Amino acid sequence: MGKLWLICIASISILLPFLCNAFSPETPTDRRVLVLLDDFAIMSSHSLYFNALKSRGFDLEFKLADDPKIALQRYGQYLYDALILFCPSVERFGGSIDVAAIVNFVDSGHDLIVAADVNASDLIREVGTECGVDFDEDPSAMVIDHIGYAVSGTEGDHTLIASDDFIKSDVILGAKKIEAPILFRGIGHAVSPANSLVLKVLSASPSAYSANPKSKLSTPPPLTGSAISLVSIVQARNNARLLITGSLSMFSNRFFRSGVQKAGSQTKHGKSGNEQFLTEISKWIFHERGHLKAINVKHHRVGETDEPALYRINDELEYSVEIYEWSGTSWEPYVANDVQLQFYMMSPYVLKTLSSDKKGLYSTSFKVPDVYGVFQFKVEHQKLGYTSLSLSKQIPVRPYRHNEYERFIPAAYPYYGAAFSMMAGFFIFSFVHLYSK
Amino acid sequence: MSNSYTSDILKPFKLKTKQQELLIRVLILCLVYILAFITRLFSVLRYESMIHEFDPYFNYRTTLYVTQHGFYDFWNWFDYESWYPLGRIVGGTLYPGLMVTAALIYRLLHFLRFAVHIREVCVLTAPFFASNTTLVAYFFGKEIWDSGAGLVAAILIAVCPGYISRSVAGSYDNEGVAIFALLFTFYLFVKAVNTGSLAWGLASAFGYFYMVSAWGGYVFIINLIPLYVLVLLITGRYSMRLYVAYNCLYILGMLLAMQIRFVGFQHVQSGEHMAAMGVFFLMQVFYFLDWVKHMLSDTNLFQEFLRITVTCAVAVGGIALGVGMASGYISPWTGRFYSLLDPTYAKDHIPIIASVSEHQPTAWSSFMFDFHILLFLFPAGLYFCFKRLSDATIFIVMYGLTSMYFAGVMVRLILVATPAVCLISAIAVSATVKNLTVLLRSKTKVAQIGSTKGTSSAKASSKASLDQSQPFQKNGAMALLFGAFYLLSRYATHCTWVTSEAYSSPSIVLAARGAHGNRVIFDDYREAYFWLRQNTPLDAKVMSWWDYGYQITAMGNRTVIVDNNTWNNTHIATVGRAMSSYEDEAYEIIRSLDVDYVLVVFGGVTGYSSDDINKFLWMVRIGGGVFPVIKEPDYLVNGEYRIDKGAAPKMLNCLMYKLSYYRFGEMMTEYGKPPGYDRARGVEIGNKDIKLEHLEEAFTTSNWIVRIYKVKPPNNRW
Repeated sequence: MGKLWLICIASISILLPFLCNAFSPETPTDRRVLVLLDDFAIMSSHSLYFNALKSRGFDLEFKLADDPKIALQRYGQYLYDALILFCPSVERFGGSIDVAAIVNFVDSGHDLIVAADVNASDLIREVGTECGVDFDEDPSAMVIDHIGYAVSGTEGDHTLIASDDFIKSDVILGAKKIEAPILFRGIGHAVSPANSLVLKVLSASPSAYSANPKSKLSTPPPLTGSAISLVSIVQARNNARLLITGSLSMFSNRFFRSGVQKAGSQTKHGKSGNEQFLTEISKWIFHERGHLKAINVKHHRVGETDEPALYRINDELEYSVEIYEWSGTSWEPYVANDVQLQFYMMSPYVLKTLSSDKKGLYSTSFKVPDVYGVFQFKVEHQKLGYTSLSLSKQIPVRPYRHNEYERFIPAAYPYYGAAFSMMAGFFIFSFVHLYSK
Repeated sequence: MSNSYTSDILKPFKLKTKQQELLIRVLILCLVYILAFITRLFSVLRYESMIHEFDPYFNYRTTLYVTQHGFYDFWNWFDYESWYPLGRIVGGTLYPGLMVTAALIYRLLHFLRFAVHIREVCVLTAPFFASNTTLVAYFFGKEIWDSGAGLVAAILIAVCPGYISRSVAGSYDNEGVAIFALLFTFYLFVKAVNTGSLAWGLASAFGYFYMVSAWGGYVFIINLIPLYVLVLLITGRYSMRLYVAYNCLYILGMLLAMQIRFVGFQHVQSGEHMAAMGVFFLMQVFYFLDWVKHMLSDTNLFQEFLRITVTCAVAVGGIALGVGMASGYISPWTGRFYSLLDPTYAKDHIPIIASVSEHQPTAWSSFMFDFHILLFLFPAGLYFCFKRLSDATIFIVMYGLTSMYFAGVMVRLILVATPAVCLISAIAVSATVKNLTVLLRSKTKVAQIGSTKGTSSAKASSKASLDQSQPFQKNGAMALLFGAFYLLSRYATHCTWVTSEAYSSPSIVLAARGAHGNRVIFDDYREAYFWLRQNTPLDAKVMSWWDYGYQITAMGNRTVIVDNNTWNNTHIATVGRAMSSYEDEAYEIIRSLDVDYVLVVFGGVTGYSSDDINKFLWMVRIGGGVFPVIKEPDYLVNGEYRIDKGAAPKMLNCLMYKLSYYRFGEMMTEYGKPPGYDRARGVEIGNKDIKLEHLEEAFTTSNWIVRIYKVKPPNNRW
């Protein structure tokens, strides 16, 4: 019996790493993804997108949004690493999921993709608000662009727009340039000005506006021009990544395959940019790109190797840190020339750019300022698209000890001379005074 | 037979009158020595052997450090757990006398194989030195008057509440040792002046060194003694004895004092010490003139010379002082010194000094409380001193008068006045009692032996002769004697009562009477500090008003932003600003200081009145002194400080208000009063619906006296 237990425990402890091969600091890429749908038809109509995810090794689990059995966590453990909400019209999630649960899911470091659409429910709008974007409040409003629309067979109402106003970041959108415009049909949103973390990835053209296409425009539309964001991303402070868009159909097979010609443009692309755009951005969302880690933070006096408990003023010291980037499968050295180190106490006393050896090791050396106090080694590396690196290490800097000052100062030799000659003079004087008659 | 045998045996033990007197005197001194010690033990019996109040906790922490790391590490100690992120060079910013003394006692006890804990040593240091002070008082009294006055002085000072207030067991503060050192230095100096001996002068220099190492109050010595010398010079009492005593004290004392890092070159550079230096030079001029006078026979020539010399000396001194001040070589007087000379100075210019309750001008009642009958014995003693003026009595008179003035300026300086008051009162008591007893005895003597008045003084004899004409003189003297003893016994009763009721509270554990007359103990401070110690990360930073800084580092072992060593006004003002700002503004300050926890003291539930809300206006004033965005009128309504519904809107929403009254609106504190009734201020609070955005309640002690809040990290998605 005891043996059996032993075997059980041994096998569990061996299997445990494989059972939990989910998101972890070591392999930041997501593995288990929950996809919530309005109905299962989306599975087939958006199969190209899902298959692209599956082919990259993601374990997709499709559930109806109002399925009463769905849950994000069990026994305090999250069951998924990421959540895709392709359920724009859901009024109420099934199971234990609600807006607060989704917010907690994100706040504990998990990723989220939200696709709204025309007639998006209040619930989805609320999720958007929590993420720092405000969808157009008019439920039937769509983004209309009479100049930047996509040319199609029928004249239509210009709600199918072709946009190519991307954010300029290779980390988010991949190194390969997206040639074809993106087809978009759906609602627009504005990023909340109070939120400093949300970024517009795909903006509408200056001629776009958000209104109900079926009714006459009586009042000026609340959202106009490039203030309208079509696709936005958020990288939260805990590096959870979020994607919000107002169009579910931009993920669909039909948009993926369809050709696109932007109104007023002569070039006709055989295939829209949707597939490339959305696949690349999903790589970013699921941490296959732009995820940094810093390890082996070391600092020591020049000529020593051990980290001291505190420094003295005017010590020469060396600081090094290794920074790696996750490539989706392995950690590669992160190469940049703008990683800076601060030696900080209320304000940076030393600000130095770390030099890189192109193998991930960043190092520098400097002299501790002539100020004592509790300093911090701070690396605040916040670069568009990358996870924010924020390292801080507290280190006190003490003044000289009483016996670390110079014993004899050349400038003081006159004073030494004065003192000693005084002593000698006093001695001679006393002697003469006492013994001369 | 056997009787005569025992008397034969006892014969060698039979003492002469002189020996009997000595024996009685020694016996009395021993009793006084023990009495001074045990009367200070009320606090240990009432509570436990613990360190009291605020500053003693820092002293305790540093003493612990000395015993653990040795003297040199202590000397160079850079403490990064206080004044985050500036840190504090402890070795260079304190008077190490107390800690070194306690550490030496601790070492000695361990050498003698008494395995005591350092805390016990610290707790009992002050009573021990109080006992020693009684001995010094005896010798001092003997030096300035006679041994009777010395004995009375020893008894008076042993139980005087003014001294006990700073030297009960557990009150491990500099003053406990410093009063001993102060009196000892004065005694040695007076001895040196009386004898003109270089040895006593040397001893007084070392006494001064000990005083400098123990307390910043040494400035009093280094100003009083020059003043005394100056008075002697002016009154024509200049003598070689004075010259030797003062020069020895000044030169050696200065050299020794400069070895204390906290004093260093201040001793020759700061304005407070200039008087001593000036008098030193004046003394040399005097000596020189004396010599010239001795050499010159012509008085007219000497007068001429005198005029030229004095003019030159004054001019040179004035120019030197002016140049020194202008070049910044001589630093001007510090604010503390100004506030001593001018009681209103601190109120207008340095709120941080004025905010401390013990820096307030003294109320008449506290003079009465601390001195009792000494208050009217003091003028009587002055009278006796003036009647028998000598170098020594001039000194004690000057000491008494100056220290009484300072005692009137600041409550805490009653302590400095106490020895002088006790000594002068002792002269009064001793002289009166002596006169009365002489009166009583001389009459019988007159009756018996007639005209033998060898022992009694001329005064007594004249009184005795006067006495023969007044038949009720003896009865009157008897009555007066009884009256004196009655007063003295009242004094003893009063002292014991004050000690046990008022001065033996550790102030870190509060005691109150419950509804049924039982004693209720509020041990909230220690509860909170132990919570901090057990539940927060080791490098957590705690922000609180500076009063609690020492206690948090000593008992909670966590880093604090500001503490009772108020060396950086800006830093304290930053904390004051955070406490008096709205929560979101305060949050930015809190983040910039890397604060993890905010601690406030709140007395609304228990009725404990010295809490942060009552101190809040000082935070506003100190914060506003550096950051003009904080304005005191914003927190007042028509110049009135209130916290109820009529309070100023900024008051109701500032961080301190929110942290103090968070969730308090739901609470019933007193029967028959609405929820949210603040018992410390006796009003219902004005903002009961307090929501915290950036902070969350982490811990509140059982009586709500200490409340600790955790600072939340910034919003994840915003």
